Amino acid sequence: MYQVSSDASKALNKKALKRGGKPFADFRAHKTYYFMLIPLFVYFIAFNYLPLFGLYNAFTNYDFSKGILSPFVGLQNFEFLFKGGSDSIIWRLTRNTILYNVAFIVLSNICQIGMAVLLKEITFKKFVKTSQTLMFMPYFVSMVIIGSIIYNLFNFNYGVFNNLFTSLGMEKFDFYRTPWVWPIIIVVVEIWKSLGYGTVIYLASIMGIDESIYEAAYVDGASKWQRIRYVTLPLLKPTVIILLLFAVGGILRGQFDLFWNIVGNNGLLLNATDIIDTYVYRSLTVNFSINLGTAAGLYQSLFGLILILTVNAIFRKFDKENSLF
Amino acid sequence: MNVSSVIVDKHGSKIRKDAGTKIFDIIAIIAVSIGALVCVIPFIIMLSGSFSTESEVVRSGYSIIPKGLTLEAYRVVLTSLGNTIGRAYMVTIYVTAVGTFLGLLCSSMGGYVLSRPDFKHRDKVSFFVYFTTLFSGGLIPTYLIVANVLHLNHSLWSVILGGLMSAFNVFLFRNFIKGIPDALMESARIDGAGDFRIYWQIIIPLTKPAMATIGLFTALGYWNNWFTYSLYLITDKDKWGLQYLLYRMLSRVTDAVKGSDVIIIQQLPSETMKLATAMLVTGPVLLFYPFVQRYFVSGLVVGSVKG
Repeated sequence: MYQVSSDASKALNKKALKRGGKPFADFRAHKTYYFMLIPLFVYFIAFNYLPLFGLYNAFTNYDFSKGILSPFVGLQNFEFLFKGGSDSIIWRLTRNTILYNVAFIVLSNICQIGMAVLLKEITFKKFVKTSQTLMFMPYFVSMVIIGSIIYNLFNFNYGVFNNLFTSLGMEKFDFYRTPWVWPIIIVVVEIWKSLGYGTVIYLASIMGIDESIYEAAYVDGASKWQRIRYVTLPLLKPTVIILLLFAVGGILRGQFDLFWNIVGNNGLLLNATDIIDTYVYRSLTVNFSINLGTAAGLYQSLFGLILILTVNAIFRKFDKENSLF
Repeated sequence: MNVSSVIVDKHGSKIRKDAGTKIFDIIAIIAVSIGALVCVIPFIIMLSGSFSTESEVVRSGYSIIPKGLTLEAYRVVLTSLGNTIGRAYMVTIYVTAVGTFLGLLCSSMGGYVLSRPDFKHRDKVSFFVYFTTLFSGGLIPTYLIVANVLHLNHSLWSVILGGLMSAFNVFLFRNFIKGIPDALMESARIDGAGDFRIYWQIIIPLTKPAMATIGLFTALGYWNNWFTYSLYLITDKDKWGLQYLLYRMLSRVTDAVKGSDVIIIQQLPSETMKLATAMLVTGPVLLFYPFVQRYFVSGLVVGSVKG
């Protein structure tokens, strides 16, 4: 149906071209469509295509007073970011970004799948609904609020944890001066925030499994553990693989909101918590180093593009239906 | 269900199985309950902190039950910061309403055109939109365009336009509209309706579920946005939205380490006041979301698995 009509319109267009030989025949026939696309074009050009020209600043020594006339310096910014091998800024940023994302992806998905599998087996529907709603709560609050929660849990003077330590007769712990605890806190917060919505996605996928398979397993005397092991998990595998691949495609994109609101510009913790996105934001708002920030951003975009294209190639090889374009 | 339980009965293994099932159910319920509680307890601590007296919090910290139940923090916040918070509320509501309305309009219009088989360049335009998800200039080039070329800094339009459209929303609309039977549009065309009229009178009413889902995601994004304010509206205090106002009130990290209690008590708003403000900022969302949760669920499922 779809194919036929598109062929038909192609034929019509050819005819129109032949008849009048006018290059704007399609525009004439569907003026309205073009007008309706104006907002879309204006928006994406202004906010997505025009900024591409700004990438030029990755190769300049940007000066606010000169703007685009700032001196061209070639690859100097990249040399600065890359120099020092394993001590280089870019290595630290890339390592942190990727390690955090790997931890997020693996641990969040394990927790989400676990919750979804358990919720499927619980027959008390009211309980399932209520707990799902409660787990969804963190998804709806802003990272500013979450940052304030973290502060109230961990601050030195009256944080919940230090309060607990004192009441147990232990020494207070200065979290905001101890870098090694923050990767753990950040990963836990991410798992916590994403638990609800990930569970929803996996539960929907599990609910899509043919109920007759479960009934057959029941008839064969499978216990609930066995149903999970031999029915739910194997049939959930395709969904898990798709979601993981998507996540790998975005592994270089950091969760800026999360890091900035929890750690902010705390110099003591930067080595353990600085990701590409926070570095770029600090370049713009704290250090005013437009050229270095742009260079780091360009590196992220290029590396990210390669990752997405790779993931897409994998998709196309195994599953034509699900390839991204 | 009945048939299968009878069969299990015949094998005589019902009792053993039921015991195993019971243990499983108990473990499952406990595990899920812990998960749900962990998600909620931080909010309860915040809520209880906002109802506690300042002196109790300073002396012995926060807990799940309010210490010295009082509305003092809310009273102080509403009297001393009432105007500021009221204005921030108006800003956030304005930005959310205008942004969501315009965003839905532009995205659905784009999605409609891209879904039409008689629009010749739909694949090219789709790629034009899709490309933005593959490669982008990133934060700083976008900032320079918005501030220096479009001159939107110091204007709320920077916030509204910044979150207006995304490739994702356009494609969600396109795919949703593709699912509407073509016969409806054909018959309207035969009755003399033009392309825009078909969109306005047929497509919009039929895309209500997609509108609700995408609209709620967009609105949540605007409501929780603090980031764009921090780029373009730092000095415009009367244009701060709720989240950014709170973000500025909390400016904390450097004050959070040992020996800084003097600074906190003397210069910054008190801890319970911060919590009361946080509750005022996020309260509407927390009260509202259980009623519209199903739209978010359908959006997440479509977006992640089928997108």
